[in-house]
Formats: sequence, structure tokens, C-alpha cells
Amino acid sequence: MTEPNGRFSQWLRGETDLFDEARSLILNQDGVPPADPPKKKPKRRKTGAMLHRRYTMFHILFVTSCILLLALLLSAVMDLPTFGDPYAPSSNEVSDRYVADGLEETGALNAVAGMILDYRAFDTFGESTVLFAAAISVLFLLQHRTDSHRHAFAPVTTNENDLILQTAVRISFPFILMFGSYVVLNGHLSPGGGFSGGAVLGAGLILYGAAFGREGLSEKLPPERTSRITVICLLIYAALKCFSFFTGANHMAIEIPKGIPGAILSSGFILPLNICVGIIVACTIFNFFLLITEGDD
Amino acid sequence: MILLQCLLLLGLIVCAASLPFIKRLLTTAIVFMAYSSIMAILWVMLESPDLAITEAAVGAGVTTVLFITTLSRIRELKGVDDDDRT
Repeated sequence: MTEPNGRFSQWLRGETDLFDEARSLILNQDGVPPADPPKKKPKRRKTGAMLHRRYTMFHILFVTSCILLLALLLSAVMDLPTFGDPYAPSSNEVSDRYVADGLEETGALNAVAGMILDYRAFDTFGESTVLFAAAISVLFLLQHRTDSHRHAFAPVTTNENDLILQTAVRISFPFILMFGSYVVLNGHLSPGGGFSGGAVLGAGLILYGAAFGREGLSEKLPPERTSRITVICLLIYAALKCFSFFTGANHMAIEIPKGIPGAILSSGFILPLNICVGIIVACTIFNFFLLITEGDD
Repeated sequence: MILLQCLLLLGLIVCAASLPFIKRLLTTAIVFMAYSSIMAILWVMLESPDLAITEAAVGAGVTTVLFITTLSRIRELKGVDDDDRT
């Protein structure tokens, strides 16, 4: 029986290292001959040059496909109706209805809030669920970091007392929270709403956590508690919207009081829905920060 | 007003076009933040202040903070500190 002499069987017997060649190829992309076995030198240089050519080819293909995609997308843009075209498919009777009857039907001075939280609340509920699913998967990825992994990462927040940052945060933090709450609570009267106000609140909390260390905040608002608050708010949102849908989808059976347009307690369910969305967004954003900086203290 | 809008749009294009050529990741995050801030001002000019609030809070604020915390998590900011010391 003759011994097989292929490269693989040589590697099996432990005589050569298959990956050594590949490794030296990677290290010598510019065609510099490797220092070891001189008899293999010409072969390796040839493969290295081939790899270099392939590399150039990849660049050319990359640029060409980018230009092709650009041309395709630009030609698609040229086919779109021009801005303000009265015959465009988007300017149909729906937008006229929103402008003409929106205030009467939703009771919201802010037409955008009336649209997304009353006419199209089902869409918004789907969007919130998608956002919640994305947040849950990120939390799932970040939460299961074991202690051995934790030390592999560098700490984010330092415990050095930065006087300028802390003073600035101490002055601006109440105003940021107040502005965020204002945007959430006045979502049906003025520009803004649950998502923007919640993002402002979450950013304010992150600012506080970055300036004074995360210990104090993570004791008051641990990730478990923020997740629980988020779930409760989503359930309230679902319950409020299901009420509308199951009572005839157009509030026909039970009329929800709309209140006087312009008053803070008006426009039916839009205010509680805005509060729910605001709390969900603020908690989710703050939760991301807490989980990323986990293990610093 | 038109001049200011043109300047802002130019800044937007410069920010977007310069991103692929920046090697340092921290600089990329900051240019991204500048892009979002310019966009927020443009949203106000286009008379959609609610989008402007969202853009400023999410695009310029939260995303940048999360980028920078992640960068310092993976020790990408170490080189920046060394540069500061020299």
C-alpha cells in the first residue's frame, strides 16, 4: 500500500500546514515573496498577483454596480409625479377629508396627530409593535452578556467628577424633562407627539446618566422595570385602540367625548395614546443606554 | 432665506459625501450628528416642526450617544485619548 502524497494527507500526517499558505498569501497581497521555502517562491508570487488582480477587479465591479444602481434609481425618480401635481395619485379625496373634517372628527388641533393616532391608529399600532420587537431583540442580544465577557469590554462611563458637565446637566436637566413632557402632553395641540417627546425624555435621562454615573439611575429605573413599564403601556395602547375597533371602528356605538378643540383634555383617545407612546419610547431609549453601559460600576 | 437654504443643503451634501472617506469612526459619528442637525433646521424651514424635534432628539442626540458609547465599549476611542495626550 502506497502512502498518499496529496497536500491534504500530508496535512493529516502533520507534515505541512494547509492554512500557512493561505495566511502568507493574505500577508503578501502586494506580491512580496514570503521568506520561507524558496522552492515554492514562484508559485506563490503568481497566486499573489492573481489575488491582487482579483482585488482590483472587485473594486471595478463595485464602482460599476454602484453607478448602475444610481442610474436605475435616478431614472425611477424621473418617473415620479412632479411636486404639487394635482393629478398625482397621492392627492386624492383623502387629504381633502383630513383638512376639511379632521378637526371636527378627531378634535385634535394638530392635524398630524389626528391622522396618525385616530384615522390611522391601526398603522401606528403596527409600527409601535415593530419598534418594540426590534427593541426586544436588541435587549435580548445585550442582556445575555456573561461576567467573563463583561470584562472584555472597556468601561464607558468614568467615575471622574467632571465639574463642567455636571453643572451644565444640573442646570439643563429639568428643562429638558419639562420640554419632553410638554411635547408629549400637547401632542394633539401643537407640533410633536409621543415619539418626539419620548425621544427628548430618553435623551435627557441618558444625559443625566452619563454625567452622574449610571448607578443612581439604574437603581431607580433598572432594565427590568423599564421593560415592564413598556409592556404595560403597549397593552394600554392596544386596549384603547381595540375599544375603538370593536365598537364599530368609527366610534359609532359609543361616542368618546371630544372636548373643546384646543383644551388640554380634548380629542378623545389621542392624549392617553400619546402618553403611552412617549413612555414606551423614553423607556426603550434609556434601556439601550443602561444595557450598553452595563458592568461599568 | 434661499441663500441660507442653499448653504444648508450644500452642507448636507458635503457631510454625506465625506462619510466614506473618513477613517476614524468617532469623526464619522460626529459628522453624522452634524448631518442630523442640519436636517433638523431644514425640517423647520420646510414647515414640519414635529419632524424637526424628532430629528434633533433621535438623529443628533440619541443615535450619536449610542454610537459613542458603543465605540468606547469596543475600545475604538483609545487612539483619540492618545492623540489628546501628545
